[in-house]
Amino acid sequence: MRKLLMAAALAMGLGVVLGGAEAHTVRWAASGDPNTMDPHSQNVGTVTMVLQQIYDPLIARDQNLGLAPGLATRWEQQEPNRWRFWLRPGVKFHEGQAFTADDVVFTITRAQQPTSNYAIYVDTIERSVQVEPLVVDVITRVPDPILPNKIASILIMSRSWAEQNNSTRPQNTRAREEMHTTRNTNGTGAFRLQSREPDVRTVMARNNDWWGWQEPASQEGNVTEIVYRPISSDATRIAALLSGEVDFVLDPPLQDLNRLRQAQGIRVLEGPEVRTIFIAMDVHRDELQYSDVRGRNPFKDLRVRQALYHAIDIQAIHRTTMRGQSVVTGTLFPPQVNGYTQSEDVRLPYDQARARALLAEAGYPNGFEITLDCPNNRYINDEQICQAIVAMWARVGVRARLNAMPLGPFFAKIQREDSSIYLLGWGVPTLDALYSFQSLLRTRDGGHGNGIWNYGRYSNPRMDQLIEIMVNQSGEARNAAIREALRIYREDVPHIPLHHQMIPWAMRSNLAIPHMANNQPYFRWARMN
Amino acid sequence: MFAFIISRILQAVPVMLTVALISFAMFAYVGDPVAIMLGQDFTEAQRDALVRDLGLDQPFWMQFAHFVANAVQGEFGLSYRLSRPVADLIAERAPATLELAFCAAGIALLVGLPMGVYTGLYRNSWLSRFFLTFSLIGVSLPTFLIGILLILVFAVWLGWLPSFGRGDTVRIGWWTTGFLTWSGIKALILPAITLGLFQLTLIMRLVRAEMLEVLRTDYIKFARARGLPNRAVHFGHALKNTMVPVITIVGLQLGAIIAFAIVTETVFQWPGMGLLFIQSVGAADIPVMSAYLMLIALVFVSINLIVDLLYYAVDPRLRIGRGQGGH
Repeated sequence: MRKLLMAAALAMGLGVVLGGAEAHTVRWAASGDPNTMDPHSQNVGTVTMVLQQIYDPLIARDQNLGLAPGLATRWEQQEPNRWRFWLRPGVKFHEGQAFTADDVVFTITRAQQPTSNYAIYVDTIERSVQVEPLVVDVITRVPDPILPNKIASILIMSRSWAEQNNSTRPQNTRAREEMHTTRNTNGTGAFRLQSREPDVRTVMARNNDWWGWQEPASQEGNVTEIVYRPISSDATRIAALLSGEVDFVLDPPLQDLNRLRQAQGIRVLEGPEVRTIFIAMDVHRDELQYSDVRGRNPFKDLRVRQALYHAIDIQAIHRTTMRGQSVVTGTLFPPQVNGYTQSEDVRLPYDQARARALLAEAGYPNGFEITLDCPNNRYINDEQICQAIVAMWARVGVRARLNAMPLGPFFAKIQREDSSIYLLGWGVPTLDALYSFQSLLRTRDGGHGNGIWNYGRYSNPRMDQLIEIMVNQSGEARNAAIREALRIYREDVPHIPLHHQMIPWAMRSNLAIPHMANNQPYFRWARMN
Repeated sequence: MFAFIISRILQAVPVMLTVALISFAMFAYVGDPVAIMLGQDFTEAQRDALVRDLGLDQPFWMQFAHFVANAVQGEFGLSYRLSRPVADLIAERAPATLELAFCAAGIALLVGLPMGVYTGLYRNSWLSRFFLTFSLIGVSLPTFLIGILLILVFAVWLGWLPSFGRGDTVRIGWWTTGFLTWSGIKALILPAITLGLFQLTLIMRLVRAEMLEVLRTDYIKFARARGLPNRAVHFGHALKNTMVPVITIVGLQLGAIIAFAIVTETVFQWPGMGLLFIQSVGAADIPVMSAYLMLIALVFVSINLIVDLLYYAVDPRLRIGRGQGGH
C-alpha cells in the first residue's frame, strides 16, 4: 500500500514536471501510407514525409529549400573531385549510438548498393573517407559541383545499428523481402518512431535531445507527438479534418478548397510546388502510332509543335481548370531550381490564327488526328487540363482524342514508348537544373540517368553537349550551359510547358507550419496553440 | 450424401480455376508494378532486372501456371507494395472485416426482423408506411453515399462518432478486436449501419412479404378460430414459418457483406481486407489482389456448398428424387 502511495506521489510529481512541457499532438492525414521505413529503399514522397521527421541528412533544407547545416556544420569543395564535410559533434542516434564520420561513410556506401533507390544522388561518388572522427572527405569520379544538393536527400543511418540488425543494404523491394528496417528506425532526427501499424497508424514522439531544437527556426516548434494516419477516401479525409479528428491534411482535394476556406477553425495554406506540368510528344518515329497522318510524323516539324503551343489558352486553364492555383510557365522548371532564368520563362503567345497558319505551312491545313494520353489521378486536375487542351486544339483543327487513365496503366504505357503525345509532371528533388535536363531531354543512350524519362526520344546533339557540361563543370561555364539549354528548350519546343503546380495544405487554425515547395511538412517547425 | 459432396467439390474446382484465370488476366492490365516500384529514377538495367526478378518476362501461361501451383499450397508470395507475405497481410486484416460484417449482419437481423413483422401485421399504420419509405432509401441509395451522409451528420455536424478508422483495438492472440474499448465500439457504429442498411431493408421486405403470405393460410385461420391469443398466433405460428427463406437469405448475404465491404471500408478507412484490396489496386499489387479475389471466390463457393447441403438435409424431395434415380 505504502509502495502504491509512493508510486502515486511520484507519478504526480512527474506530472508536475511534465506540465512545464505541455503535450502537443499533431494528428496528420494524407491519402497514402509509406510502404517501408528504410531510408534508402523507396524514393517517393509518401516515404520521405515520415522518414525526414526521424532521420537527418548531412545537409538540411531551410524553409525556402536552401541548403542549411544538418549533421554537417560546414562543407567545401577542396579540390575539383573532393568535397570535405565537417560533422556536428555530440549528436546521438535515438538508440544511443554516437554519430561519427564512420556512419557517413557507411550511409553513402549503403545508398550506392544495387538495392538502393537513391543511387542518382550518389552516382558521382567514388568513395568516402573518414579523415578525422568528425571530418569526412567525399571523392567523386568527376567534379560534382552540385554534390551538396544531392547529398541533402541522403538520410544518415548508424553503422553499428544497421550491422547488428543485418540491414547493411537497403531493403530489396524487388525480391520483396522484409528486413529490420522495413518497420524500425534509428535516426538522429527531431522525432523518433514510437509505433507503426502499416496502413493504419504511425506514431512519432519528440526527441528532446535533438541538436536542432536550439536553431532559431525550430525554437518555436512545440509538437511533442505526431500521429500519422492514412485516409484514402477524399471525402472522409476532409470530414475528419472538419470534425476535428485530424489537425493536418497534406493533400486536400481541390474541389473542397473553397468550402474549407469558409469553414470555421480551418486554414488552407497554399504555395508553389517544385513540379512542372507539360506536354511531351513522340519526335522520333517516322510515323506516329496514334494519328491519321501516314508516312510522316507531324511532331518532327517544329511548326507543328509551335502551332499546338500557340493554340493553348493557358490563362483560361489557370483561371478555370486550376481555379487560380497554378503558376503559368514557359520553361522547364520553377524559380526554386538552381539555373532558373527569368528571361527564358516566356511562353509562345496564345494565338489561334498563328497556330492555323503554322499548321497550313507545315502541310496540315485541315489539321490531323492524334490521341492524347493523360493520367487521371497523378497531378492536380490532370484529366481536366487535358480536356481543356483537347477543346483548344480542336479550334485550330487538331482533332485530339483524350485517353485518360489511372497512373498505373498510364506510366506503363508511356514507359513502353507507346504514346504519341502525353501529359507529364516533373518534380526536381535536387533543386538543380541538371536533374530535369538529364532525365527529360538527354538522348537515351543507356548512360546512367540519361533520358530515362525522355519517352518522346527528343535528341539534340547540342543539348547533349550542354548537359555534359552541367555534369562536369562548375561556376560560370555551367551556368552558361544551363542558360543556353533553357534557350534551346524555349526555341526548339521539345515540350509544351503549361504550369508549375500549386499545392494546398489544409489544417486546423491552431496549427502553424511553414508551407514547403517540396510538399514535405517539417513538424520540427510546427507550433500548436 | 458423400457422393453428392464430392460431386459438388469437383464442380467447385473449375469455378475456382476460372476465377483465378480471370483475375490473373485482368491484373495484367491494371498497370505495371514495375513502374510503380521503380519510382522516378532508374536505369534501363535496373528496370530489366526488376522485370526478371518478378518473373514478368515469362509468357502469360507460365506465369499463370506458377501462380496456380503456389496458390494451391496457400502461397501467394509477397506483396509488391508492403514486401510482406500476402497470407500474413490478409490474416491481419481479416478480424476487422469479420467484426464489421457480423455487426452489420446483426444490425440487419435485429432491426430488420421486427420491422418486417410489424409492417406485416399492421399493414396500414403510418409507422409501417414510414418503414417502407425508409426501406426504399436503403435499397436505392448507394453505400458510399449513405456512408458519407452518416459521416456528415454524426461526425461533422454532431461530433458524436468518429468519421474514420477502427478506434483502439485489443489484441487477443492473432485476433485484434474493437469490441473491448469504448472508442472501438464507437468507431464500429457508422460503418456497421452503412454496410448493414441494404441487408436490413432486404430482410424487412422479405419478412413482411412472407408474413402477409402466411397470415392468409388456413392453419392461421384455424389457430385464430381455436381462440389462441394474437401473440401465439403471430410469433409461435406465423413468424416461425417465415424463417426458412429468411435464414437462407441471411446466410447468403453474409458472404456478400464480407465480400463487398470494400466500399464501406474505403469510405470509413476501415483497416480490413476490402481496404487492403483497394490500396493494392492503386499500387498494382497483383499478389494481394489475386489472393483476395480467390479468397472471396472460396467464401462464395463454400457458402453455396453449405446451402446446397442444407437444402439436401431439409428438403426430403431432393433425396427421394436422387434415390429413385431413373424416371
